[in-house]
Amino acid sequence: MKTILTIVVATVVLIAVGLLGADQTKAGTIGFAIGSALPGLTPKADTPEQAVANLLNDVRKRRWNEAYSALSKTSSVDAQTFREEWQGSNGSLRTFSNLEGDELRPVHATNDDAQTRARLRWTTPVGPIEDVRDFHLIREGGTWKVVWPKQQVENVPAQVIPVTYLRWDVVTGGGKDEWGARNIDPPHVRIVSMNAVNSAEGSVVMGEVVNEDTVPAFVNVNAMLVDGAGNAIDDENSFDKIDHVLLPKQITPYRIDFPGIDLGKVKNVRMDIKASLVPASADPVIGVMNQKIDADVQGRSVLRGELLNQSGETVNIPHVIASFYDNSGKVIWVSDGYVDQALPPARSEPFSVDIPRTLAGKVQSFHVVVNQYSLGKS
Amino acid sequence: MSWSTNTAWANRRMRLLFHACLGIAAVVGVASGVCAAQDLRAPSAVTAGEPATISTTGGGKATFYLVGPGVSNKSDVSLGNGIPLRAQDLRAAGQYFAILCSDICHSASFYVSPARPADLAFLVHPSRVPVAQSDAVSGVALAFDPFGNLVLDSGTVDFQLTAGKASLLSQSVPAHDGIAWFRTTSGKTAGPLQVVASIGELSARRNVQEVASEPCNLRITGQRTKDGLVVETEPVHDCGGNPVPDGTIVSFTATDASGKSTVDAPIKRGVARAEIAASGPVVVSVASGVAMGNELRIGGGQ
Repeated sequence: MKTILTIVVATVVLIAVGLLGADQTKAGTIGFAIGSALPGLTPKADTPEQAVANLLNDVRKRRWNEAYSALSKTSSVDAQTFREEWQGSNGSLRTFSNLEGDELRPVHATNDDAQTRARLRWTTPVGPIEDVRDFHLIREGGTWKVVWPKQQVENVPAQVIPVTYLRWDVVTGGGKDEWGARNIDPPHVRIVSMNAVNSAEGSVVMGEVVNEDTVPAFVNVNAMLVDGAGNAIDDENSFDKIDHVLLPKQITPYRIDFPGIDLGKVKNVRMDIKASLVPASADPVIGVMNQKIDADVQGRSVLRGELLNQSGETVNIPHVIASFYDNSGKVIWVSDGYVDQALPPARSEPFSVDIPRTLAGKVQSFHVVVNQYSLGKS
Repeated sequence: MSWSTNTAWANRRMRLLFHACLGIAAVVGVASGVCAAQDLRAPSAVTAGEPATISTTGGGKATFYLVGPGVSNKSDVSLGNGIPLRAQDLRAAGQYFAILCSDICHSASFYVSPARPADLAFLVHPSRVPVAQSDAVSGVALAFDPFGNLVLDSGTVDFQLTAGKASLLSQSVPAHDGIAWFRTTSGKTAGPLQVVASIGELSARRNVQEVASEPCNLRITGQRTKDGLVVETEPVHDCGGNPVPDGTIVSFTATDASGKSTVDAPIKRGVARAEIAASGPVVVSVASGVAMGNELRIGGGQ
C-alpha cells in the first residue's frame, strides 16, 4: 500500500514538474506544445510574450473562456465574435483547421505597452497554412493583456438578391444507344501559355488555360519532364493550383511543381490537358477589388486585395490563384492562397498571395481568379 | 449425328483439325489407289442469311463439314443428293469451306456476300462547332446488312446538311469499300444543324449544335454609382452577328489609384454587367477569353 501511494505521488509530481518546465519558454522561442493541462498552472503573464503564449495555448486547446479572459478590458470584442475569429464560422476553412504551433517575436515594448508578432501555423485540409499576426498588449494590474482590435463588420442591409444565372447540367441519356447518335464532344480547352522555371524548391511549369467552348469544362493540366535521352524524369499535375471548373471563355492560371528537380536536366516538357463535361453554375460571382502589390509585415512582396461576394449565397472556402506577368506579357509566376474565413453574401474579405523575392522586381501585371468551394455543392 | 459450334476459338481449331484430316485422307487415298467416286459443287453466289445447296455426286454415306466465319458444322449426308445449308449458318459474310469425306475427302470453297443494307452507321463530328469554321464538320457513313456485315458495294450515299431552312450541303458520295464521308465548313448561323445520310430508303439523322464564335467588337459603357462603378457590355455578338451564349464569362478590369479590381461576370440575357468599387479617375477594360474590348476612361468628377 505504501509503495503504491509513493508511485502515485511521484507520478503526479513528475507530471506537474514537466508541465511547469514546458511553460518556462521565453520570448522568441517556438511555442510548440507549450502550456499546462492542469488548471491553475498557467504561468503568470508577466511579459508580453508570455501573455500571447498563454492566449495561443488556450486557443490551441479550445479553452475559449480562459483565452477570452486573457484579453484587456479595453478590447472591443464579445466572447462569441472572439471565438468565431479563431474557430471560424459558416463552414470556412478555419472551422476545419487546428492551430499547430506559433513563433513569437517582440516588435517593441515599453513599461505598459507592447507589440508582439506571432507566426501561426495552422493545419488544414488543404495543407499547412502560415499566418502572421501582430498582437497589441498593455499592462493591467501587474499582468500583460492582449488588446483585441474592434472588428469592422460591414453593415449589409437586408435585401433580396435575385439569382438568375445559368446552370448547366449534363444528361447522359438512356434507351437505345445507337452508335454515333449520342456522342457529345468534351469541351474544347486550350493552353494559351506555358513557362518552365527553376525555383528554390525545384522546377515549376506554369501558364494559363482558356475554355474556348460554350459549355463549362472540368480541366486538369499534366506535365511530363523529359531528359536528353527521351526518358521521363517526372510526371505531375496541377492539383489544386488551377481553377478546375471553367465557364465558357474563362481563363485560369495553372502551376505544376516538380520538387527537387533541376530544370537544367530537363530537355523537353510534354504538356497534356484533359477536359470533361461537368455540371456547373455561373453563380456565385466574386469580385477581386483593390489589388496591388506591396510588402507585408515581414517585408515580403505580396499581392493583396479584397474578395467581394456579389451573390446571394455564402462562399465557404475562397481560393485565390494569381498569375504574374513580366513586361513582355509572359507568365513568370503563379501563386495561390486559401482565405480562411467564409465569404458571406455582399461582404468582402482580404486576401494576399506571395511573390518570390527574386521575381518581385520583374512583375509588371497580374491576373487573379477566384476558385470557390461551397458546402453542399459539387 | 451432327454437332456445331460457333465460337471463333472452336472455328480455328476445327479448321486446323480438318486440314490435318484432309492431308491424312489424301495420303491414304493415293496409297490405296482408290479413285474418288464422289464430288461436290459449291454454289457460285450466296447471299448472307439466305439458304443454299451444295450438290454432290456418287453414292453411299459421307461426312460433310462446313467451316466459315463464326460457324463450323459436321453432319452425315447421303451422296448424290444436295446438301442443304441453313440460312442461320450463312449469316456472316466471307469465305466458307465445304468438305465432304467418305473414302477420301474433297473440298470446295464459296463466298457469302453481304445482304442488302439494313442499317446505316453514321458518325458526325463534332457535336458542337463554332460558326464559319472551315472544314469543321465531318461525317462518315457505313452501311450494314441485317446480320451486321459491312456492305462493301453499298453504292452512293447522299449527305444533306440543313441549318434551319437553308441547305448547307447536298452531296452524293460513292462509297469506297463500304465507306462514304464528307467534310465541310460550318454554317454562318448559330443553331441546330441537321445532318442526314441516306442510301435508298435507308437514312440516319444526326444533329450538330452550331454555336457563336469568339466575341467581336466587345464594347462597354459605364457610370458612377454611390459605391463605385457599374459597367455593362453592349449585347455581345460574334463577328457574324450571332449572340454569344449566356453564361459566357466577360472579365472587367478597373484600374484606379487604389489598385486594380476585376470581376468575371457571366453574360445574362445577352449582356454582362459588373459592379466595381473604384474612386477617382478610373480606366476600365473588358475581355472575354482571348478577345479584347474597348477601354473606358471615367474621370473622377463624372
